[in-house]
Amino acid sequence: MTDTTEQREARHPSRLLAALRKIGATLGQIAFTMVGLLFVTFVIGRVMPIDPVIAVVGERATQAQYQAAYEAMGLDQPLFVQFIQYIWDVMRGDFGMSLLNARPVAEDIARVFPATLELATLGTIIGVAIGVPLGVLAAVKRGTWIDQTARVVALIGYSMPIFWLGLVGLLIFYGILGWVGGPGRVGIFYVDVVPSVTGMILVDSALDGNWTVFRNALSHIVLPASLLGYYSLAYISRMTRSFMLEQLSSEYIITARVKGLSERAVIWRHAFRNIRVQLITVVALSYAGLLEGSVLTEIIFAWPGIGSYITTALLSADMNAVLGGTVVVGLVFVCLNVFSDLLYKFLDPRAE
Amino acid sequence: MNITRRLMLGAATGLALAATSLGAVAQTPDDMLVIANRIDDITTLDPAQSFEFAGADVIRNVYGKLVNFDPADLGAGYQPDLAESWEVSEDGRTITFTMRPGMTFHSGNPVRAEDAAWSLQRAVKLDKTPSFILTQFGFTPENVEEMIRAEDDKVIITTDQKYAPSFVLNALTATIGAIVDKETVMQHEVEGDMGNEWLKTNSAGSYAYRVANWKPNESVTLEVYEDFYKGAPEMKRVIVRHIQESATQRLLLERGDIDAARNLNPEDIAGIQDAEGIEIDDILRGRLMYISLNQNHPQLSDPRVVEAIKHLIDYEGMQNSFLNGQYTIHQNFLPQTYLGAVDENPFEMNVERARELLDEAGIDELTLEVGVREAQERLEIAQSLQNTFAQAGINLEITVGTGQQILSRYRARDLPIYLGAWGPDYPDPHTNASTFAYNPDNSEDAQLTGILAWRNAWPAEGFTERVDAAATETDTATRERMYQEIQADFREEAPFVIMFQQIEQLARKDNVENLTLGEAITAAAYWPVTK
Amino acid sequence: MSQFDVTGTRARSGWHDWLMTETPRSRRQARIGSFYQGWLTLRRNPMAMFGLSILVFLVLLAIFAPLLAPKDPYAQDLGARLLPLGSEGYPLGSDSLGRDILSRLIYGARITLYIVALVALIAPIVGLFVGTVAGYAGGWVDTILMRITDIFLAFPRLVLALAFVAALGAGIENAIIAISLTAWPPYARIARAETLTIRKADYIAAVRLQGAGPLRIITKHIWPLCISSLIVRVTLDMAGIILAAAGLGFLGLGAQPPSPEWGAMISEGRRFILDHWWVATMPGLAIFIVSLAFNLLGDGMRDVLDPKDAGK
Repeated sequence: MTDTTEQREARHPSRLLAALRKIGATLGQIAFTMVGLLFVTFVIGRVMPIDPVIAVVGERATQAQYQAAYEAMGLDQPLFVQFIQYIWDVMRGDFGMSLLNARPVAEDIARVFPATLELATLGTIIGVAIGVPLGVLAAVKRGTWIDQTARVVALIGYSMPIFWLGLVGLLIFYGILGWVGGPGRVGIFYVDVVPSVTGMILVDSALDGNWTVFRNALSHIVLPASLLGYYSLAYISRMTRSFMLEQLSSEYIITARVKGLSERAVIWRHAFRNIRVQLITVVALSYAGLLEGSVLTEIIFAWPGIGSYITTALLSADMNAVLGGTVVVGLVFVCLNVFSDLLYKFLDPRAE
Repeated sequence: MNITRRLMLGAATGLALAATSLGAVAQTPDDMLVIANRIDDITTLDPAQSFEFAGADVIRNVYGKLVNFDPADLGAGYQPDLAESWEVSEDGRTITFTMRPGMTFHSGNPVRAEDAAWSLQRAVKLDKTPSFILTQFGFTPENVEEMIRAEDDKVIITTDQKYAPSFVLNALTATIGAIVDKETVMQHEVEGDMGNEWLKTNSAGSYAYRVANWKPNESVTLEVYEDFYKGAPEMKRVIVRHIQESATQRLLLERGDIDAARNLNPEDIAGIQDAEGIEIDDILRGRLMYISLNQNHPQLSDPRVVEAIKHLIDYEGMQNSFLNGQYTIHQNFLPQTYLGAVDENPFEMNVERARELLDEAGIDELTLEVGVREAQERLEIAQSLQNTFAQAGINLEITVGTGQQILSRYRARDLPIYLGAWGPDYPDPHTNASTFAYNPDNSEDAQLTGILAWRNAWPAEGFTERVDAAATETDTATRERMYQEIQADFREEAPFVIMFQQIEQLARKDNVENLTLGEAITAAAYWPVTK
Repeated sequence: MSQFDVTGTRARSGWHDWLMTETPRSRRQARIGSFYQGWLTLRRNPMAMFGLSILVFLVLLAIFAPLLAPKDPYAQDLGARLLPLGSEGYPLGSDSLGRDILSRLIYGARITLYIVALVALIAPIVGLFVGTVAGYAGGWVDTILMRITDIFLAFPRLVLALAFVAALGAGIENAIIAISLTAWPPYARIARAETLTIRKADYIAAVRLQGAGPLRIITKHIWPLCISSLIVRVTLDMAGIILAAAGLGFLGLGAQPPSPEWGAMISEGRRFILDHWWVATMPGLAIFIVSLAFNLLGDGMRDVLDPKDAGK
């Protein structure tokens, strides 16, 4: 793949054309990945021994009622026909109806994805705000107690079963201390108070100027976001440390030091500048991880996000919902990947 | 370096500040009722299709029925509701209802006999899962317009033969008996679906509340209907929120973020019952926990093995430990409080007796599979069974799956042993009799998958006719005795081991009053609630 | 190396010299020697050694479980349920069915090790195979294999695992397969990247000139070189694997009752978290300690094997 593209590029004199080709190839790659993703999901859905019809018609249904529902759901068609039909619908932006609750899947996803987006974004912000300085500090103070503490803090983050930490956190900070809001995105009497523009309650309430709701939503999100933030902090700080060490031992930093630049300038203006791009890749990866929807965190905090949406759908074989959710999550993942690739090429002169 | 340190400090203090300053928790407003419950089973809010507990709670508060239960006196049985009165014809086949005058739907349309007849016809014609509650009286999509018809302010229902009037009227109190606003529903008809698609997420009723919003797996919001004929309810808004975890529900209740929690486990109930401002109500429900033994299985079809298994269950131990307060021992298919219910529970754990029976049957060792749904209390029951069965040399293998996985196999007669729950569909003894002790055709081809006896390949010989006879008996005292006798024989002979009846423990704030859940016979009522 | 001078038997110093020689006489000696040097470096990292000793302890615990466990991990006693820590006969308390938590934890170590060992075998081998073949073959083989890798990478991981378990049926073996299926793509990428740098090396060309086929080149010459970076990655991933298995157990899709799998134990105990916190906390701590041990060891090994981080 890479070889052929390069060869073709070399033959073409026009750089614009080459760029267009590259974009085309990237888009093709994304499309291929997405179709593959859907196909695998589709096959899994069909071999799964969970019967969606039972979920719809209930335990008491007679065989005739069962059969009627089976046909109404289009399950009597050959698998291949169902798949083609599905791809065709998705291309027109139609994700179909949830088999279980007969609501449009697109509508459901538009409701649950912003919830995950809000949580993941805040989690990543926390992770970056603490993780990056921690990583830099650990690299600079390498081998000291600061480095060791940073290492332990990060490794504990890696090692903690998040569902357990979530339960304990909820018990302490909500149940005993009452510092934060409870499970759910917002207190019950604030539900649907502000008009939904983005679907993210923090943003919506800020746009609406309703600070009571904003504060309440913030109190609910703080704990789950901190947990996710801790998790991404662990990853980000370790990677930052590793990147920084590489920089700090390189020739030009030694030269800069020899030239008598202040330590601060050496670290931030030189070393840190050079790891920005790598760091963005790492952050994008960790962000993508959180956007998948941290299923267990969402369950513990009754957070109506995409992770628990897909899981619930999966366990009741609501394949339209599972496929829809997978498309969205997969697309986000692929796009973030492509984005960080492009950024890499764009910002890092060495990548050329 | 300083910058780093300052950054970190800043981030840390910012976070701590954000956390501490946000604490204040408000009480729920005085005119709003907030309940935590598991409502992920709701798949539709159309009364002709809805068939789950959480859906029944919603529909009872949104739609009126011809006859209904009074939450203040559930023991009184069915009472007039949208029908003011009724008369049973002499041949016992026709019931004529007179509609209550001056009632309106939420839309402002009047509630007419026409709406009532059409609603019942609609349920028969749509032929969704619960339709058997009506069609068992001989209605079919073809004949229903003659059998159920409206004349002026009267609804006339004619059944195919004589039934106990209490049986017919009890069936009409079920969710499927809800009366919908024909004009409004038909405005939303799509491709001849009689508004089925639209009613899944919307409502067109005449009762205390209308559905403001249903977010699957999240919440149902009900909004008051001020012109409700029994008087405007005090709670202007009712929100039922889906909270999966018992611990989470308890925390929410303790912090005052909800008014009532419906799924607290025995340990959380024990932990919260002495808390100030919280009351626990014990409410006997209709749900039974049972195991069934597939008669296609070579060993399980031996009556001695069936009896042995009935002696290998630690009823007492389970009731007094992990089921404490939430299930009570009950070994008969009619739940307590039902007509004909009996409270004789003769079976006890007796390993020697079981071992004797197994020896008589010539069984030394036996390995059996039990299918269980992924739910904690059922898993615990299964593990307790595994433990006690092993004492008599029966090795029980537990297969855990989602509800649908296990049910699919159960319906296909594929499970040797099934461990599950059964809730009555309408408050008449026939509802359970006609599934546990009734099997008109045990052949594989009959595919009577809705009937428990068929699923276990049990022909129910001698029972089927007696159940039919009891359903048509018009004398209530005789009818009651018939069910008692059926159950006495069923308990000994049937390959069903009924173990427990459910007690729901409702934890509520002590200022919340008159919240009834409908006990064993119906669903929750929110309109009488005060705070 | 002072400790060797102190112990200083002839045999050991002989081994030591053989291992530390600057002029190894065989490739095997060189490889073993470099591992030995890595080990010496690792020994100087107290945290890594701490992690390693926990893992050794875990292995011993698993092997001698029947001797160490005070009770039968499956024996129920409904009269002695939810006993607190330090109860007589139940040092870590008892669970909802009156089973001894300590005994269950000890037997659970076997399951944890079983999961970890199998996943650690399956995923890297699949990844190694896919990655090296793709990297060595290049062209359309590379394109197809890497696109498939991308597809699996783009999947939400727990969802993919869930889907497979749901498809295959709940159970410990299926959970292992499902976790392996989600874990292999990163290994494939690493292996491919390594292969790409190695395949153009002079000595590979030399081997090829001697008439070695692609199969031989991949298995004999490329795989050994990819191993060390994979080992580091696997060790660092172990914690993730344990947590994923526990997550499946937590959702009821991993080990089936009455198996004392730690994740399933948390799942059972989480109902009592408010009043009987130890029931869920003890297995939670066990998972935490073991995955921390793997992380400490992996982190130390990375310092040793990854030249970027290596102490100079």
